[in-house]
Amino acid sequence: MTADLLARSGPLQSWTDRFAALPDTVQVVATPHVAMADLRVDPAGPAAADVAGFLGVDLPTAPSTYVETDSVRVIWLGPDEWLVTSPFRAPRALEAGLRDAVAGRGAVVDVSGQRTTLGLAGANARDVLSGGCAIDLHPAVFRRGAAAQTLLGLTGVVLVALDDTATSYEILVRSSFAPYLASWLLDAATEHTPT
Amino acid sequence: MNALRLPAGGRIDRSTTYEFTFNGQRLTGHPGDTLASALLAHGIHRTGTSIKLGRPRGIAAAWAEDPNGLIQIEEPFPEPMLLATTVELTDGLTARGIPGQGRLADVPDSARYDARHSHADLLVIGAGPTGLCAALTAARAGARVVLVDEQSEAGGYLLGSTDRIDGGPALDWVAAATAELAGFADVLHLQRTTAFGHFDDGFVLALERRTDHLGTPTHVLGGETAPPHKSRQRVWRIRARHVLVAAGAHERPVVFSDNDRPGIMLAGGARTYLHRYGVLAGRDVVVFTTNDSAYAAAVDLADAGARVHAVVDARAATPAAWVQKCVRRGIPVRAGRLVTGTEGVERITAVAVAGERIPCDLLLVSGGWNPAVHLFSQAGGTLRYDGGLGAFVPGEERDGVSVAGGAAGVAELGGCLADGRRAAEGALGGLGFVPVDSPSPVAEAHVDGQPSLVLWRVADGDQRTQFVDLQRDATVADIACAIGAGMRTVEHVKRYTTIGTAHDQGKTSGVLASGIAAELLGRPVGELGTTTFRPPYTPVAFAALAGRDRGSLFDPERTTAVHAWHVARGAVWEDVGQWKRPRYYPLPGEDMEAAVLRECAAVRGGVGILDGSTLGKIDVQGPDAAEFLNRLYTNMIATLKVGSVRYGVMCGADGMVIDDGTVLRLAGDRFLVYTTTGGAAAVLEWMEEWLQTEWPDLRVYLTSVTEQWATFPVVGPRSRDVIGTVFPDVDVSNAAFPFMTWRDTVLGSNRSGHDASTPRSARGGRPAPDQDVPVRLARVSFSGELAYEVNVDSWYARAVWERLVAAGERHGITPYGTETMHVLRAEKAYPIVGQDTDGTVTPHDLGMSWAVSKKKPFFVGKRSFHRADNQRADRKQLVALLPVDRNLFLPEGSQVIEGPSVPEPPIPMLGHVTSSYRSAALERTFALALVKAGRTRIGETVHVPVAGALVPVEVAEPVVFDPEGARRDG
Repeated sequence: MTADLLARSGPLQSWTDRFAALPDTVQVVATPHVAMADLRVDPAGPAAADVAGFLGVDLPTAPSTYVETDSVRVIWLGPDEWLVTSPFRAPRALEAGLRDAVAGRGAVVDVSGQRTTLGLAGANARDVLSGGCAIDLHPAVFRRGAAAQTLLGLTGVVLVALDDTATSYEILVRSSFAPYLASWLLDAATEHTPT
Repeated sequence: MNALRLPAGGRIDRSTTYEFTFNGQRLTGHPGDTLASALLAHGIHRTGTSIKLGRPRGIAAAWAEDPNGLIQIEEPFPEPMLLATTVELTDGLTARGIPGQGRLADVPDSARYDARHSHADLLVIGAGPTGLCAALTAARAGARVVLVDEQSEAGGYLLGSTDRIDGGPALDWVAAATAELAGFADVLHLQRTTAFGHFDDGFVLALERRTDHLGTPTHVLGGETAPPHKSRQRVWRIRARHVLVAAGAHERPVVFSDNDRPGIMLAGGARTYLHRYGVLAGRDVVVFTTNDSAYAAAVDLADAGARVHAVVDARAATPAAWVQKCVRRGIPVRAGRLVTGTEGVERITAVAVAGERIPCDLLLVSGGWNPAVHLFSQAGGTLRYDGGLGAFVPGEERDGVSVAGGAAGVAELGGCLADGRRAAEGALGGLGFVPVDSPSPVAEAHVDGQPSLVLWRVADGDQRTQFVDLQRDATVADIACAIGAGMRTVEHVKRYTTIGTAHDQGKTSGVLASGIAAELLGRPVGELGTTTFRPPYTPVAFAALAGRDRGSLFDPERTTAVHAWHVARGAVWEDVGQWKRPRYYPLPGEDMEAAVLRECAAVRGGVGILDGSTLGKIDVQGPDAAEFLNRLYTNMIATLKVGSVRYGVMCGADGMVIDDGTVLRLAGDRFLVYTTTGGAAAVLEWMEEWLQTEWPDLRVYLTSVTEQWATFPVVGPRSRDVIGTVFPDVDVSNAAFPFMTWRDTVLGSNRSGHDASTPRSARGGRPAPDQDVPVRLARVSFSGELAYEVNVDSWYARAVWERLVAAGERHGITPYGTETMHVLRAEKAYPIVGQDTDGTVTPHDLGMSWAVSKKKPFFVGKRSFHRADNQRADRKQLVALLPVDRNLFLPEGSQVIEGPSVPEPPIPMLGHVTSSYRSAALERTFALALVKAGRTRIGETVHVPVAGALVPVEVAEPVVFDPEGARRDG
């Protein structure tokens, strides 16, 4: 019954055209509706092993790293905290699966709506980020497999390196800050947009 | 006409002529000029007058050490207090000299300013011979290098000299070095970039001037122009594992009577004007020196055609080789003599040397060289007085910082080249890099000479015209006065005299002031020391520091998932922390008062809807979650049943209210905690602090879900109808869904709709299966009305909001904002933490003793309630104030006094108004106030000064509407 169906929306729904107008060297794309779950378990305990079984990959224990499979990415957020993301799983299914694996030996919270995802790619992607992010983004240091909780401009983000050449990143930002960050990125791109 | 521009030489582009205006005069210059060099080419030394005494002052140096030469730029954009010596000439530049102070632009600055973070193994500050050698050494070893230099091109002091390296002009070596550096991917080489602050752990701030030298699009004579999309200035925030200060040295003048006239200049400055800009700073020259270095200026200027009438060397023993060069050029050398005074008003006309009068139009002075230790000192490096140099040099090794070349007191070129390499190799060793073998550059052997004489001042004459800090018009007499007043340290002398506090931060005057103060006190200079160097090394515009964080990017604006709807509905905003919240939704012709009265009446008479998504939300789970919350809230949380909601108050350890909100028990081991909008982050931090530092044994996990859940209170007697329509699966009756309970339900979702216009996952692939959208309904009320709080996953927030509004249409559903919310809650005396409280208010003061458990053995704040001060009968308590005049509005913040007349001060203050509104329900104004012993005053009349008159108000029970709570269940 169509009347009973609900449409989804995202905080950057109206930004598509502005992102599309950016130069090739600074490409921004909003990737809404990625399922995300906050996971808290003892990384040395049996729950971590069961979670690894469910996810198909061991939880990363090196600070500021992530691992991924074909369907999920697991981002280290703290010694006993991870953010599990997946564009392919439904939020409730992801949460429920993790909750079953954890089985009361930790915590799982659906945070799919808490953050939204932006893709940032292009030859000037690192320049744009280094305009407002204090961490070392040199590809020898921050490359595929690295994910940092840091500040970008005046908002907290989880910054994920997708390649080894500092030209492709994902930025996870609190949904309420997403329009600010989008404005900030557009403004940053001005430097790379000859008039 | 550039009368003093030589026909050839210098690093200017003579093929292009710029026009500029200075002090109303139209003049010309060339690319590569500074404003100062272009003025000197016209024979113009004087730039303005001094700040206190109005004495004519002129260009006294060739770079940032100039204590005079402050100018105001008018075109292309007004900018105050720049130095003629550091402003690169551009076509159309319009400037004027200023006595100390300029004016800011009265139009907005349209230029862009930005920042970059950068990381390096080695940061080299200064691209002179020392810095270039160091950077090359590090780059060849494979290190990540950042090299910054404040000039328009690399070379440092070599730009103003005739030195030779490896058998050729030194600048050829500079060009080869910079070309090699450009070939390294991990070398960042920035010219026109001043390192102005050096902080702990290798953190350095530098300002890059990126576009000014390119000119503006309206003033271009070929070549590139300043591109409007590029930032004009950029602040570099550099974090380096090792910082090498290779900032060179500043020439130090000697103080003598009337040492401030235009035409008196540092000797090295004149040499720079000659070699770098092809400008003779004067035709009739006298050189006054205490060391060998100024002889080069005398010789070079004579070779360029100036008449050098004398080298006055304060030393009895003169350097034979240099004297010989002078003799060959017919330059008399007066050994063991001093300059005791000068003549001339607008420009120097003569020098007095031991009774002899020597006419001249340029007096060059050199009292030695001060190593530029500013950046070393800023980061905490201590300095040591070097009696041979008459200057302060780095006094200790510091981890991660080294100083080399002129900045370390190394005097000649060969030594600087070697020192740069040595310093870099030392740093690289500590960083795990192995320097590669490569030939060291070889400098031409320098001329052997005589040791320098340390001479701060020539005592003859009137101390009141012996200027130490020319910009501040501070003299030897002022230092004597400071000492006479009892100042015994150089820091006190500095503050008493203001020496060293101007734009140049004492680059020429600081060491002189130490030396002269030491002399007058009869103490060694080294014992007296120097003042502390602080950032910035040179002035930095606030616009550059602000960068892109201005306008709408000044502070993030947080928006809810329904923001666009509020915009479309014409909401007027209230800023709550960083959140944009609708304050009210005016209909055509409505002001705030009218809109709020309408919204209030609609809620109490029908149904309204509020976007409460900004409320902080924290998921608390784990086996000890109940115990944890029990310890943080004043009331009992552990007894809360699954499916129920409780209002809770949180206090600090001092027993004062810090936050409040509702707590939902989702499961035996799981709660959802609501905080105030403004308190969300602080409450989460507060919880984590207790959990991590005091109660690490508790098995509890905290997760912020503020944006996960959108929250929409649907409020008013008709809210049940709306909720019942939208959620037909839910039994919304009081019996099945009583007050302070919650129920979960679902709504069907649709993955098409809005989604079609938004990109799918960047990685594509199979979409997640459709499923029902969970919705959580809670019977809580912040208005006293029947109300249902609708909580939904924020992906579906907009759709659910629209559905609620659509379903409410036939019940007249009215969206309302924070102002109406405030009125409705105030009518029920529900406090707003931070408005009705200020960190000194207990739950008891708010009349909420009921929310403070008497059974719990412990909760944060409990002990403080037993303090005598918390027991006082005259504590300020929350009450309502009802103005006798029912239309009279009490401004929030108004004081409450006894009245009816104002007694003599001090007037006993009873308290103040915390909230004040017009009530649609009561058809009158009312206020909440914190009043001393307020509860015992209920029924009394007190007074509030409003607009110059005392108005009577009745103290009332805080709940002014529906005190029985009859409306809660509809």
